[in-house]
Amino acid sequence: MNTNKLVIDNPDKLLFGTASKPVKFRRGFEIGSGEVYPEINFTLPQMIIEESSWREIKNIYTEIIEEVCKRAVDLYAPALVVEFELLPPMTINPEWGREITEILSGKLEEFFIKYGLKSALRATPVDIRDSDRPPLMRSGGMAEKMFRSFELCASAGADILSIESTGGKEVHDEALVNADLQGIVFALGVLAVKDMTYLWDKIVKISDHYSVIPGGDTACGFANTAMVLADKGMIPKILAAVIRTAAVARSLQAYKMGARGPGKDCAYEGPFLKAITGIPISMEGKSSACAHLSCLGNIASAYTDLWSNESVQNIKLLSTYAPVVSLEQLIYDCRLMNIALQDGRENSLKYRDWMIKSDAFFDPQAYIFKPDIVMDLSRKMIEAENPYNMVLSAVEETLKILRKAADDGELKINDMETRWLDILSMQSDTLPRDEESLTEIISTGPYAEKYLPEEYGL
Amino acid sequence: MSIIDEIKENVIRGHIDVNSKYPPDLKEIPGVRDLVNKAVGNGTPIGAILKEGLIAGMEVVGKKFSDGEYFVPDMLLSAQAMKAGMQILEPLLKGEETKKLGTVIIGTVKGDMHDIGKNLVRMMLEGGGFEVIDLGINTPPEKFIEKAKENPGAIIGMSALLTTTMENMRISIKALRDNGLNNKVIIGGAAASQKFADEIKADGFTRDAAQSVQLVKRLMGLAA
Repeated sequence: MNTNKLVIDNPDKLLFGTASKPVKFRRGFEIGSGEVYPEINFTLPQMIIEESSWREIKNIYTEIIEEVCKRAVDLYAPALVVEFELLPPMTINPEWGREITEILSGKLEEFFIKYGLKSALRATPVDIRDSDRPPLMRSGGMAEKMFRSFELCASAGADILSIESTGGKEVHDEALVNADLQGIVFALGVLAVKDMTYLWDKIVKISDHYSVIPGGDTACGFANTAMVLADKGMIPKILAAVIRTAAVARSLQAYKMGARGPGKDCAYEGPFLKAITGIPISMEGKSSACAHLSCLGNIASAYTDLWSNESVQNIKLLSTYAPVVSLEQLIYDCRLMNIALQDGRENSLKYRDWMIKSDAFFDPQAYIFKPDIVMDLSRKMIEAENPYNMVLSAVEETLKILRKAADDGELKINDMETRWLDILSMQSDTLPRDEESLTEIISTGPYAEKYLPEEYGL
Repeated sequence: MSIIDEIKENVIRGHIDVNSKYPPDLKEIPGVRDLVNKAVGNGTPIGAILKEGLIAGMEVVGKKFSDGEYFVPDMLLSAQAMKAGMQILEPLLKGEETKKLGTVIIGTVKGDMHDIGKNLVRMMLEGGGFEVIDLGINTPPEKFIEKAKENPGAIIGMSALLTTTMENMRISIKALRDNGLNNKVIIGGAAASQKFADEIKADGFTRDAAQSVQLVKRLMGLAA
């Protein structure tokens, strides 16, 4: 994919439910063609996944999908995407992942035939390469099992393949808590990009072989970790905002390698990816408070094509089980967005702008999702000649934008945040201009023992 | 301001030495390393530099973090500044002065690969004067048992993020007890709670890394 030019280059064209490159599914619907659909994700309650509990686990998934589909039919959901995020034991034992995929896919097919419920199943194996430190990203049994898991999920009825990949996380984790931009940029701009290139080449090939859609990746392990730590007051929100935009380059790499979307729900960098590629995205906001808190409750839905709950445990609430509750909330949110879309461009944009204005000025992480800023930043990023320089550009421009917003009084940040805005700007000014120089610096510093260069082709 | 107060202040500000870029307003001004060298040179008692300068500074830092006035990176800058001072003092310290408050063995339980929270707890405990043995991620019960046998008085900290791995905390505690090990166990992580800690017979639960030092001190009888 050529990313030298923004596919969506006008802020008013960046809108929920509409993408330049819609994705079509076998059960009769398209994502990004003028309607927003719910994407429901659920997980097991507190229990051990092992041979002895496997039968019970299969029953739980069968019950959840049955109830979820029933509710979707009852509430006239125009279509439904179900995400099956495999748990580590289900990826380590790829057959287990296959069995659950089969259960979910079978039930979706049954509801399509019986009730006409349009649907797609996204399967997301876990990046189990992260099981050891330093991780073996290319060699070793975990990588092999993970790719096998993709194959088995694809063969068992998944429609979309995705992953929350972790290449570079072993360096990023340490750099993040130290607010060390050098380490962060190395993790995202060098290691993560190289791993994404390697990983997505394989995922796209598997997808093509089984005629399924290679969806997309997410910087969850990087930028969402930062978002959650910032929410707990552990790191500056300014830093979390910078990491979000710095993560665009690595997530974009999936599309450059052939991923077609819809993007992964927890990839909050999605709006930038949508502007650059025109590919439909999935997002989560207030609807995912069941999984984690965020400062992007409404603004996250401003540009989305699928609206997700991230994940919810299968526990009983007053009304019913949590996945059904989550789905109902998603369906109602989608209804409102779809009514706005049916009411014409002007009203759709008004609704979008309300969602933006309700969040944008409270937090730097929300501020960067203003449509004009998404456009400006995306444009600056794609001017860079390579992914490393794209990360540098994202860091520099985001810091500039946030400083201007703070100086103009448009964005309220406290003294602690201002202090870190200064420190991060100082750090940004001294970042090496090319990846070879930074790689050289890192290879003799404290991060050197955390990663294996050969596992990244370095 | 006395030189000890200056050391304390520079620990609080996370200013390592005259060459440090941080904090920007202290650039090219002597930091902890320079001041500790100076204090040692002019005969200031080593114990006073350690307790009233370095440790007292870190105590203020810990409080600032608990009160929401510092981020983790602020605290880590202070920890680096303290470490720079300690490198000078360590060869000069004797007997009691070098003793750690106690030992804590920590690890993310089997099946769970999340370690940021666990790493923050390690940093907090080390900054609080404890020796920490970090078993890493995906830690099987046997590993906890092995280290507990080697460190009978140590407290064991277990972490889990996932609802499907938190049961491994229960299994690990049971394995410790089945092996006749009575080390106190504390748990933490997104999925854990006080209720769950009580249910699996853990001795303590910490909601976040900041609380872990106080909890460990309380369990070791070092704080009320």
